[in-house]
Amino acid sequence: MHELSIAASIVEAVTESAAAYPGARVTKVRLRVGALASIVEDALQFCWDLASEGTPLAGAALVIKMLPVIVHCDACGADFEIEGVQTLRCPRCGQLAAGISQGRELEIESIELEEPEIAEPKMHQAKPVEEQA
Amino acid sequence: MTTRIVELRRGILKKNDELAAGLRLRFTSAGVLVLNLVSSPGTGKTAFLELTLRRLRERLAKAAALVGDLETDNDARRLAASGAPVRQINTHGICHLDAEMVTRHLEGWEEVSLADLDYLFIENVGNLVCPSSYDLGERIRVALLSVTEGEDKPLKYPGLFNSSDAAVITKIDLAAPCGFNRELALRNINEICPGIRIFETSAKTGAGMDEWLAYLAEVARSS
Ligand SMILES: Nc1nc2c(ncn2[C@@H]2O[C@H](COP(=O)(O)OP(=O)(O)O)[C@@H](O)[C@H]2O)c(=O)[nH]1
Ligand SMILES: [Mg+2]
Ligand SMILES: [Zn+2]
Repeated sequence: MHELSIAASIVEAVTESAAAYPGARVTKVRLRVGALASIVEDALQFCWDLASEGTPLAGAALVIKMLPVIVHCDACGADFEIEGVQTLRCPRCGQLAAGISQGRELEIESIELEEPEIAEPKMHQAKPVEEQA
Repeated sequence: MTTRIVELRRGILKKNDELAAGLRLRFTSAGVLVLNLVSSPGTGKTAFLELTLRRLRERLAKAAALVGDLETDNDARRLAASGAPVRQINTHGICHLDAEMVTRHLEGWEEVSLADLDYLFIENVGNLVCPSSYDLGERIRVALLSVTEGEDKPLKYPGLFNSSDAAVITKIDLAAPCGFNRELALRNINEICPGIRIFETSAKTGAGMDEWLAYLAEVARSS
């Protein structure tokens, strides 16, 4: 299943990035997924639960932003968002597009972490003592 | 507890993409044209590739093939009959090839030195969805579709057809008995990937193979 290997890659990538924040817990993972990336949103959600189970990412929410295809039309010299993925025609003039400028994305946009409060408050407490001295 | 948001903006398949970029560099500097063949199981990838390898051999071009399947080395044995070096990649359940598998199977392949090859063909695991996300470092991705599969395949699997550089309609010898609507199939492919090169071939009769071989030579020259 396609979405399962994609989900496993997300677990791997996020685990790697989150390692820079020891003690933090990942609570949310935001994705950007193009309409031409061959991803079924529900299937990916389902596979995310499976793939993250038993890892430190278990319970983190997967937020999937689906991006429509944007075609570039040479005739109009402009980019247009199109509906669906059944034809890559310019919605203004009807010509077939010269290329796409959005639609194949398969990206992790950001992650949200919950971290324990850092040692700052102690330093603040120390300060007044010094000031008093 | 405090909440921190970390912008990553990285590809989910970044690792594969980086490996594939490395492979592409290797292939380019070795001067070998690499093609990734993708279709449903049974479309005729192996039959098409077998004939391609034979034809290239007649023309004294040096070609080799990596062939992906879930299990068995049947396809590798069929392809090896052409006389070309062939290596099987068994994915054991994984529904696509990735750049790591290709890298691993290029290692220790004694009959093959990339620098001596003109063409390397990679027959992907039969699947129209998953392989489209995995770059193998190929120069040309080929989507194949047989006349028995229905003219709307490109519309059902736009991700693959849109990411391909060439499309091959196989089993054209069966077009009439299958009531294949050629115009509709060509139009559907073109709607999803405007301007893509389309070949109509038969591994049974050899139809369309001259055009296909001319295309291979043309791309190889421009590499
Ligand atoms: N009539 C006809 N049959 C073909 C052609 N190409 C392949 N086949 C048959 O289709 C079946 C599947 O072919 P194969 O090459 O194994 O498909 P693959 O799974 O895509 O590698 C086999 O029974 C082939 O003999 C063709 O051009 N014409
Ligand atoms: Mg095969
Ligand atoms: Zn236009």
